[in-house]
Amino acid sequence: MNNEQLKERILGLVPDAEFQENKQFLTFLIPPARLHALAQKLRDEEDLAFDFLFCLTGVDLIKQLMVIYHMESTRHKHQLVLKVQTEDRLNPAFDTVCDLWKTAEFHEREVYDLLGIRFNNHPDLRRIFLDEDWKGHPLRKDYTDEVNIVEL
Amino acid sequence: MNFSIYDFTSFNQWLDKLLYDNLSPFWAVVVEMTVIGLVVLLFYALIGLFLVYAERKVCAFMQNRVGPNRVGPYGFFQTIADLIKLLLKELVHIKNADKLLFNIAPFIVICASFMAIAAIPFAKGLHAIDFDIGILYVIAVSSLGVIGVLLAGWSSNNKYSLIGAMRSGAQIVSYELSVGLSLLTIIVLAGTMQFSQIVEGQANGWFIFKGHIPAFIAFVVFLISSTAETNRGPFDLAEAESELTAGFHTEYSGIKFAFFFLAEYMNMFIVASIAATVFLGGWMPFHVSGWEGFNHVMDFIPPLIWYFGKTFFVIFLMMWFKWTFPRLRIDQLLTLEWKYLLPINLVNILIMAFVVLMGWHF
Amino acid sequence: MKEVVNLPVKNIEEEEYHINMGPQHPSTHGVLRLVVSLQGEIVKSLKPHCGYIHRGIEKMCEKDTYPQIIHLTDRMDYLSAHINNHAVCMLVEKALEVEVPERVKYIRTIIDELNRIASHQLWWCSFGMDMGGLTCFFYGLRDREKILDIFEESFGSRLLHSYYTPGGLMMDIHPNFQKSVKDFIVYFRKKIKDYDDLLTGNIIMQERTKGVGILSKEDAVSYGVTGPSGRGSGFSCDVRKNHPYGVYDKVEFNEILMHEGDTFARYMVRMHEMHESMKIIEQLIDNIPAGDYSVKMKAVLKLPAGEYFQRVEAARGELGVYVLSDGNKTPFRMKFRSPNFSNLSALDHISRGGKIADLVAIGGSLDYVIPDIDR
Repeated sequence: MNNEQLKERILGLVPDAEFQENKQFLTFLIPPARLHALAQKLRDEEDLAFDFLFCLTGVDLIKQLMVIYHMESTRHKHQLVLKVQTEDRLNPAFDTVCDLWKTAEFHEREVYDLLGIRFNNHPDLRRIFLDEDWKGHPLRKDYTDEVNIVEL
Repeated sequence: MNFSIYDFTSFNQWLDKLLYDNLSPFWAVVVEMTVIGLVVLLFYALIGLFLVYAERKVCAFMQNRVGPNRVGPYGFFQTIADLIKLLLKELVHIKNADKLLFNIAPFIVICASFMAIAAIPFAKGLHAIDFDIGILYVIAVSSLGVIGVLLAGWSSNNKYSLIGAMRSGAQIVSYELSVGLSLLTIIVLAGTMQFSQIVEGQANGWFIFKGHIPAFIAFVVFLISSTAETNRGPFDLAEAESELTAGFHTEYSGIKFAFFFLAEYMNMFIVASIAATVFLGGWMPFHVSGWEGFNHVMDFIPPLIWYFGKTFFVIFLMMWFKWTFPRLRIDQLLTLEWKYLLPINLVNILIMAFVVLMGWHF
Repeated sequence: MKEVVNLPVKNIEEEEYHINMGPQHPSTHGVLRLVVSLQGEIVKSLKPHCGYIHRGIEKMCEKDTYPQIIHLTDRMDYLSAHINNHAVCMLVEKALEVEVPERVKYIRTIIDELNRIASHQLWWCSFGMDMGGLTCFFYGLRDREKILDIFEESFGSRLLHSYYTPGGLMMDIHPNFQKSVKDFIVYFRKKIKDYDDLLTGNIIMQERTKGVGILSKEDAVSYGVTGPSGRGSGFSCDVRKNHPYGVYDKVEFNEILMHEGDTFARYMVRMHEMHESMKIIEQLIDNIPAGDYSVKMKAVLKLPAGEYFQRVEAARGELGVYVLSDGNKTPFRMKFRSPNFSNLSALDHISRGGKIADLVAIGGSLDYVIPDIDR
């Protein structure tokens, strides 16, 4: 499928997806509530078949917290980028996709560890790099640490 | 066959006479045993030191490097330096270890291998004791070593040591069977279990040539099983560094670790000398029946040289195995023994018995 | 550090016990702690505890300019350092719409492939050592020294180079470079036969690796296991073929795929890949076009606002670099999709039901480098 057909397909599945301009990949910003259902259809439908999630990124956009999913289909060779964001910086939470793509288990733990975004229904959501009793989430833009960070 | 210049029986008799003439029988026996004990102990230590050095050099050359070359000429005194270091190391006391068993375990291992050396003939008349069930005694006594291994693993109070000791125990007990059966094949050919008789019987040809096919198969099986018995070579997963740190001797340091280390090399020496004695003729020179001139030349080389030459050849083979092959897993190791070596051994004994009955040996 | 073993409390039976492999352990190739739950010798489950060498590279990137970030990428998967550099350089060049000279592309491709061979040599020697064939370690390192000597002659360092820079290379290659590389290829073609004789054909090694640690193709795709580990399961994920960069579209080479998915398949994929890399180098080494070794770039590189993604084939899998730029000279967010992170996530799944000795073999065949996992 080329990007035009994909775009129509996604908009058909989730009409309130917001198309974003990007030179490289077809990118959509979708409401968090639609994430899991859309992801399931993306993986399972024959003509979509996005079975390879090759990147799961968490971003702190100062006002919002966003998670970006880069995925590819090994059969049809098309790629897609999905974004979800939330303004809730105290208790951000999205649905997990690790029941669909097993690689997400570790990646979501990393996003939780470094940005504090929780994932609903994750089987084992705990910190992966930092100590269990570490306070704060370092990749956030408002993270300060007088001991370890040297501001020059 | 003239062994007079190399014959130790007359020396033994002279020494015996000296002691019994001058001391009461009780003291003569005590002095005799002490002298023999000290000589064997000295021999044991020296050979152990030499073997460690030899292994390091052999393995270095196979790995495209030089090995120890600093301490002494060509690094010859490296082992002595290592020994001094080990003696000076702190003996770490384990908190919850069973003190008595922990301390006894290395001694049991050393005693077992020490006792086995006693029965092996180095030259005519040069052996501590000449049992008429020599081979049986040696096999029995070297099996005692497994007690030391199991005690070491258990008393260390450490998961890794326990796993290592259990693996090692299973391995040693299984392979003893193959060792015994392959030696049995030669006993069938030789007709005796006494070491000196076995060596005398090879005066006109070594058993590995006399017994042709079954003896050769027995030799190969013996090599494999004895490498496994001594926890060496591709069968060394009890001390597999990459998996369980150091296996059953993880918690040992200093002189106690030195004992385990030494015992491993001495066990290797013992099985190599058994192989050399039983299969390759012991101290008997290489004779071909019929070529009298050749035999005379061979006789000039002292039996001690023959004996050590053969033993070190077998040791070299064992070292070669260790540094070439990867390690076997425990279940593959036990499969090898129970499903392959044991049936081969049993069939081999039947073939050998048949060969002896029909007189189809040389 | 508080010691917490958070194993799922589903079925801890009486006979299970936990063993720690690492963080200091002769065979985990780095600081990784594996809490293995065993029943006898059988592995029931496995929990990797990473983070011992987490340096916060992604956070550091938010304060560094793009040429400075190159130096940080060296230190992620340090065995394929050039390829990491290549990813960031290409990303910056594409974002700024700068076309590098052909000479640069050729040299970068050749050096990437040399780096791949060096990385596979180190993998082979440590794999052999873990299996117990200690001699393999010395043979592999001896041959790797030849490549490191070539690198040292051209750009002065053996392991961490930072030789690529946005716009080209830091300096031109040494005049001896082409000859040294050609001599190396001739030398290594002979030596790699020794590798096959020593380890590949050995019955003990085959018994220990065939049928061990099977990863099916669906699992490989789902866990995101790329690189030789993924190709050993039949997952065709070679970025050099699927999304060519450098001059990979101009050379002929095969993508090695095996379908058994066991440790032996992963082993054979890497052995064949070394041959393929030598093939690529041979096709390129005599045809390096003359020209500049770099394009003149501005002193301060500011990427236009937007998102960029670059994928390269590192020695262990697909390395992805994602940049979200807001127009400044430092990225707003930089994310490295590290291949070893995804490869490690499959370790639990494929080692269940095997023995501890198998765990060592499987870990060796997945070939993870811990600094890449932790970043």
